[in-house]
Amino acid sequence: MSSLNISLPGLDLKNPIMPASGCFGFGREFSQLYDLSKLGAIMIKATTSEPRFGNPTPRVAETSAGMLNAIGLQNPGLEKVVNEELAWLEQFDVPIIANVAGSQEEDYVAVAKRISAAKNVHALELNISCPNVKTGGIAFGTIPETAKNLTKKVKEVSEVPVYVKLSPNVTNIVEMAKAVENGGADGLTMINTLIGMRLDLKTGNPILANKTGGLSGPAIKPVALRMIYEVSQQVSLPIIGMGGIESAEDVIEYYYAGASAVAVGTANFIDPFICPKIIDELPELLKSLGYEHISECTGRSWKKHEKAAYYCS
Amino acid sequence: MIKQELCTVIAQNKIANNIYELTLQGELVHEMTEPGQFVHLKVSEGYDPMLRRPISIAEIAPGLSHFKMIYRAEGRGTVKLSEKKAGDTVDVLGPLGNGFPVHEVKQGDTALLVGGGIGVPPLYELSKQLVKQGVKVVHILGFQTESAVFYEEKFSKLGETYIATADGSLGTKGFVTNVIDELKLDFDILYSCGPTPMLKALESQYRHKKVYLSLEERMGCGIGACFACVCHTGDDPEGYSYKKVCSDGPVFKAGEVVL
Repeated sequence: MSSLNISLPGLDLKNPIMPASGCFGFGREFSQLYDLSKLGAIMIKATTSEPRFGNPTPRVAETSAGMLNAIGLQNPGLEKVVNEELAWLEQFDVPIIANVAGSQEEDYVAVAKRISAAKNVHALELNISCPNVKTGGIAFGTIPETAKNLTKKVKEVSEVPVYVKLSPNVTNIVEMAKAVENGGADGLTMINTLIGMRLDLKTGNPILANKTGGLSGPAIKPVALRMIYEVSQQVSLPIIGMGGIESAEDVIEYYYAGASAVAVGTANFIDPFICPKIIDELPELLKSLGYEHISECTGRSWKKHEKAAYYCS
Repeated sequence: MIKQELCTVIAQNKIANNIYELTLQGELVHEMTEPGQFVHLKVSEGYDPMLRRPISIAEIAPGLSHFKMIYRAEGRGTVKLSEKKAGDTVDVLGPLGNGFPVHEVKQGDTALLVGGGIGVPPLYELSKQLVKQGVKVVHILGFQTESAVFYEEKFSKLGETYIATADGSLGTKGFVTNVIDELKLDFDILYSCGPTPMLKALESQYRHKKVYLSLEERMGCGIGACFACVCHTGDDPEGYSYKKVCSDGPVFKAGEVVL
């Protein structure tokens, strides 16, 4: 019996480990390194209705235990993503979670409708938290009412469950989570990056051409854990946790906070084999901690003696 | 094929002001197919720094499973790398990217190799391979100042070598383009690696020649997944088409991408 298989809305996964959106492209590069079928799922790069080139370079800057990025949602656009990238991904036995982005409501709805109909897309990740675009993105993710309405609109057209990706750049994350729950979200993914910046010592200018960027990596792990801890106690939606995960131990910590699956982001850039490594290491770690199944760990920090909600035998 | 391997430091030598030559041993040497490819190094465990550092490959010795890199120690990552001693290990991901096409010239042709500063190193392996093919090589190497100059003698053994320094402390005072103009050099192909203004000057000056340029850009993953190092393409300079410096390059035919 596997100790890692899990069931979430739309997603029957052989394990709860997936690369996070924006850190894995559409999988082509990593497919040269290992069999993508090994992954629990793949969160593909954000897709918009029209192609986007994204921001000027430099687009990345390093910082202590983290990195800033301001890619700007570069992607080939909905048609190409569906016809080329998703079609290519069909050769792998892995469900796809499609990250949906846009600058206005109509964009989100159009992308959600079309992309959710693709055969291998099992869930959507509604991106209302990208900090690197001038319009849309995070603008939808910081006002509860706006987030709720967008979730509702996307739910109306989507053929698969909708997970909403929350931004940490808010005062009250629980309020945002409740709003999208009321809007009909099937799950949450959290957290997106924190807005930050770095300056060049010689010129005095921001290092990123976009001036600001999204901070990711181990530096943001405590923020993500705290937010998942708070949200998981207040809403009944399953949470896919992310933010600086780079080991099997990190995965368990996210589960303890309240996650039911996890995504690995920045760590893919440092060790491109990190996802399969974590998948291989998890069963042994679970055993050593005395668990039969990973879902027993969900919310352990606050549930204490209850049986986890998403158990599957 | 891209491999990840803990390579062993064979030697680390300071060869000019802030410039180090690092020799590593590892099986991934046998995957290195073209001069001009690079490796992505994790210079220390943990988070200081966290990301890998892209460093170009300067020389390959497959018989010994050795490869050399020459780099400038100036940031946190490269300074840490310069502290590595023989016997230490370095986590290497590579080889990455597409290098200089060596079969675009034939025996008896003349190749002009133009390097600027820390763009000089990949031209060394390139020159060696071209010479082996019977191609006549001419090197023009530009540096800031005499104390920054390296490998002048090694390049000289392979072919004519001219040095330019910005302050005139060695060779011609000025830029590599001044040297080319002065000598009125003719060539069948030009390969270059160095600062973008230099590449731009070469590109515009030799529009009708066969020119290959190696680009530098801040990178995240180094394998094409993060979209940090993209540039516009020459035939669609304002549009949506793009090339990634790490996986489509770093070497491009002049005009293929917008510099």
